[in-house]
Parts: sequence; C-alpha cells; structure tokens
Amino acid sequence: MSGFFDIPSDLQHSWAGLIGLHLREALIPVAAGLLLALPVAQLCGRFRWLYPPVLGLTTVLYAIPSLAFFVVLIDYTGQTELTVMIPLALYSLVVLIPAIVDGVRSVPDETLAAATAMGFGPVRRYTQVQLPIAAPAVIAGLRVATASSISLVSVGALIGNQGALGNLLAAAQKYDRPELAVNAVITMAVLAILCDALLVLLRVLLTPWMPRGAQPGTRSAAGPGKFREAEAEAL
Amino acid sequence: MNIFDFAHAFFGDSANWQGYDGIPQRFLEHLQYSLLALAVAAAIGLPVGLLTGHTGRGGNALAFIANAARALPSFGLLVLVVLLIGFGLLPVMIPLVVLAVPPILVTTYEAVRTVDPSPVDAARGMGMRESRILFQVEVPVALPLILSGLRSAAIQIVSTATIAAYVSLGGIGRYIIDGLYQRDYEKVVGGATLVAFLALVTLVLFWAAGRFVVSPGVRRREGRAKDSRARTAE
Repeated sequence: MSGFFDIPSDLQHSWAGLIGLHLREALIPVAAGLLLALPVAQLCGRFRWLYPPVLGLTTVLYAIPSLAFFVVLIDYTGQTELTVMIPLALYSLVVLIPAIVDGVRSVPDETLAAATAMGFGPVRRYTQVQLPIAAPAVIAGLRVATASSISLVSVGALIGNQGALGNLLAAAQKYDRPELAVNAVITMAVLAILCDALLVLLRVLLTPWMPRGAQPGTRSAAGPGKFREAEAEAL
Repeated sequence: MNIFDFAHAFFGDSANWQGYDGIPQRFLEHLQYSLLALAVAAAIGLPVGLLTGHTGRGGNALAFIANAARALPSFGLLVLVVLLIGFGLLPVMIPLVVLAVPPILVTTYEAVRTVDPSPVDAARGMGMRESRILFQVEVPVALPLILSGLRSAAIQIVSTATIAAYVSLGGIGRYIIDGLYQRDYEKVVGGATLVAFLALVTLVLFWAAGRFVVSPGVRRREGRAKDSRARTAE
C-alpha cells in the first residue's frame, strides 16, 4: 500500500525535506533578485533613459521558457540547484525592478526636500525615507515574484532531480501514483499562499502608519492596487 | 561552441525547416495553442473584470481568486490533469488558462475601477444606460491598462505553451523536450530562441494594437497620467 505521504525512496527526501528544499530553491532566487533589483532600480530612477531598455531586457529574459533556460545552463553549471535558481532570479527582476522604481518614484518631492532639510545625506535619505515609503510597492512585487518562483521550481524536475516537490510529479508518472501529483500541486499551492500571507504580514509590520484592514479601494496606490499596477506594467 | 553557434547551426540546417517536425509546422502549432488559450482566458477574464470593475464590487473576492490561481503551479497542474483525464489538448489548455486568467481579470478590474469618476458621472447625468457607460466611456479610457493585462497573459502563455510537448503534443516545446532527451543542445537552443522570438513578436503586436485601437486623446494623456498618478499616489 502506498499512501499520500509515502515518498518514493529514489527522491532521497521525506515530504518535509522536499518542502524545505522547495522553499530554498524558490526563495533564495527571489532574495537574490531583490538584491540585484535594488541597485538597478536606483540607477533607473537616477538616469531615466536607462529604464526602458532595462525593462525591455528583463522582458526578453522573462520570455525565455524556464525549461530551455535550465537546459542551456546545464552546460555551465551542471544538473545542480544553481541551474534552477539562476533563471528564477532573473525572472523575478521583471516584476521587482518596475515595482521598486514606481515605489521610489511615488515618494513626494516635499518629503524628500524635508529629509534633505533635516540634514539627511543621500544614503540615509534612501534607506530611511525612500525605501520605507516604497515598501508596499516593493512587497507587492515580491508577492508576485514569490508565487511564480514557487510554481516554477517544479519544472526543475525535467532536468534531472532538481525540482524539489516537482520531483513528485515525475514520480507520480513513473510509478503511476496520481496521489503524489495531487500532493505536489496542493503542497506547492499551500506554500505559495503561506508565503503570500507572510509577505502581507511583513507589509503591515513595515508600514505601521497605514490604516489596518482598510479596503483596497480606499488606498489603491499603496495596497493591492499598486500590486496590480506593478504587475500590469511589468510586462 | 557557445549559444550562438548552436542557434546558428540549428537555423542553418535546412532539414529543420521541412516536414511535420519543421520549424513552420511547430511554430503554427505553438501559435494555435497560444491563441486558443488566450481566447478562452480572455472570454473568462474580460467580462468578469469589466463587470466587477464597473460595479466596483467583488474586488476582494477577485483578488483572492487571482492569488489562488497564481499559486497553482502550471507544470504540476499539467501533470495532474494528464494523470486524471489522459492525453490531449484539454490537459494543456487547463494550466494555460489558469495561468492567463489572473493577469487579465485583475488588470481589467483595476483598469475600469480607476477610471476618472467625473466623466462617468457626466455620462450617467446625460442619461446614458449602464452598458453604454461601460463600453463608450469606461472601456476606451481603461483600454491601455486592459491591453497591458492581455499582453502580460499572452507572453506568459507563449512561454509556458512549451509544456504541451511534455504531454506528447507539438509546438516549439517539442524541440526543447526532444533536444533535452537526445542531448542535442542545438535543438534546445533553437527552440528557446524561437519562443523568445515569438514573445518579442507578441510584445510588438500588442504595442501596435495599442497604437491602433487606443483613442489618441487617451494615448497622449497616458504618459502624463502615469507620472501624476505615481506622484499623487501616497
């Protein structure tokens, strides 16, 4: 008898182990993408002409199917986790860069002038004024990037054994056990929803000045509304 | 050999341009899956988005549905549906439509909802019926954003339709999957280039469509509106 949580031994992981692996392969790229997007977005904000070509480049990168990206990278990085993580990090840029640029641009000029008048240098002004005010937009971008990253890791199953929970899908076909595929899809969906909820919680914690539990309609720019715009303008 | 050599070898080989596994055939198949999925997704997303955006109700439910759909992994869904109902076109369409509905739905809703209320009130004051208000006032103004939602969905579909090959259908994904199993990098790189090219064509087409169908007045205002919207946002 094989049950819902009986993972075939050739995957070399328990169910919980696969979840850990999946989260690592999905979240490290988003973090790396954020680290890369922050300076790039800052440059795009400073030099306006840079923004359209950067957007175009990230869109083209995003258009390359993940599977093709993985296979091409195998030549350079082998069948490792890194091969799965590099494309995911690059994909996240297409959402994160516009989210950060729009968020930082939405800081009113008067606020910046006030910060300057209080003697803030450029670095302090960026970290203590611009980034906190841009936080809702940045987190909105992170939500889209995290959800798609968690979903895309599973494609890594096709290049060998690098799909974490996606490997369950391959196993489901190999051993004709559909319940493993159900398990994989549900687990990934739950992981995505949990990460999404955590990011919303983070936004609430980071922006104590915003009214809690307000309807999206009443503050379209800061809440989910901005997230929709970030998504709409990402591509 | 680098990527460009692979691509050059792939596109230079005349055998790749003919027959049932030729580039024109696979390209058409890919186009067919993509258009079908986009049409179905638009048929679901546009009416619901327009209606909820017009009435301004159901936004939270919409956001929840879109988030839940986004959380479903396309590849996982494909494998699951194939295991449950077998091979065919339907198992490919389900994940593609699930992938494409959230951006269309959410952007359309947001586009119609954020239309400047004063012209809408003016239209209502003039005695226009709700359907005319929606189609003659709100939709023309919201069109750029609605198109951007469709574009985002189309690009995701084009790039994800490669998974059709995984369940024995055609499309450009055939080159990527077959190349992977045959350790034939020429094929993989060629397939990837074709998909990226198709995605770029999609971008250009939507840009051209925007030029064509968006009214000049709305288009000119777009650039300024975007800036001022960002300024007054907080």
